[in-house]
Amino acid sequence: MIARLASALLLIALLPLAPLGEAATKTEPPSSGADNAPGMTALDVRLKRLESELRCLVCQNQTLADSNADLADDLRHEVRGLALAGKSDNEIKTYLVARYGDFVLYDPPVKPITWMLWFGPFALLSGGAFVWWMVLRRRERNTAAAPATSEADIAAEKRARKLLDDRDDAAA
Amino acid sequence: MVKALRWTIPLAIFSILVAFLAIGLYRNPQEIPSPLIGKPAPVFKLAKLHAPGESLGSDDLKGQVWLLNVWASWCVSCRVEHPLLVQLAGARIVPVYGLDYKDKPEDGAAWLARNGNPYTTSLVDRDGRVGIDFGVYGVPETFVIDKAGIVRYKQIGPLTSEALEKKILPLVRELQR
Repeated sequence: MIARLASALLLIALLPLAPLGEAATKTEPPSSGADNAPGMTALDVRLKRLESELRCLVCQNQTLADSNADLADDLRHEVRGLALAGKSDNEIKTYLVARYGDFVLYDPPVKPITWMLWFGPFALLSGGAFVWWMVLRRRERNTAAAPATSEADIAAEKRARKLLDDRDDAAA
Repeated sequence: MVKALRWTIPLAIFSILVAFLAIGLYRNPQEIPSPLIGKPAPVFKLAKLHAPGESLGSDDLKGQVWLLNVWASWCVSCRVEHPLLVQLAGARIVPVYGLDYKDKPEDGAAWLARNGNPYTTSLVDRDGRVGIDFGVYGVPETFVIDKAGIVRYKQIGPLTSEALEKKILPLVRELQR
């Protein structure tokens, strides 16, 4: 009885794996991504993504994927060759950076020379926030901690209080 | 003292910003600093333009200071710098090797026949692979390579007599010592 229950549980546990095993036997599962044209292989998808992270040196404001420049074409060819040779995305990027510099990367790496670029805006923002906070604090201290000292101030305060009191009486 | 800081600090920050923007305004965004400077020149072995059966490799050029000029018959601005190269070759200060980049060899040879040939040897980079190794992205480009095969300088775009007089030739003389 217990053995039957155990085998039934095991079967239920394994059920979700069945379709997965079937899909894995297919050599090219159909891609379901919206921007992936039918017939694109996994390599095409990978290259497309990689190329959109690399800059075309000639046109500068276009990615390697978008550019029609002759050099972009050569570099796409080169990237494909490297990918086919089994190089990882990082190795391909390193290969291009060694030749063209960090400029080929759309995402500049964090290193001392780019610290200003990466952290400058945050430094400016926190600097501004600090100055704002200081100004607010000073203003608050000035208004809250300023007791009416002069004769005129005392007189004015008395008159104001009297007016308020009179209104309260009228309302009552 | 504190009063003075209230306007000197913002003014200092503003001046730094203006200085950065002013420098940025006068820089050429097309000139991307080459990561090859100070590093060994890429290894290559290419066929000679005027002797297709023979080849020349990077190792053959070690022991001398030399210039590598990347050119092509389809390259319009190469025509601008070409008289300077012919003049430089005539002065026999430093050997200039040519890299005929992504060009049909017959077109390249015809172009040299028409405009004069300043090159000690021109090499054929038909598919631009060696160009990629050198990080070429805008022809013409000129590299200064020292006796040990280290890239010392890169000129992007046409050579000018100013760049030649002020940067390249002084550097070549220093490296030749």
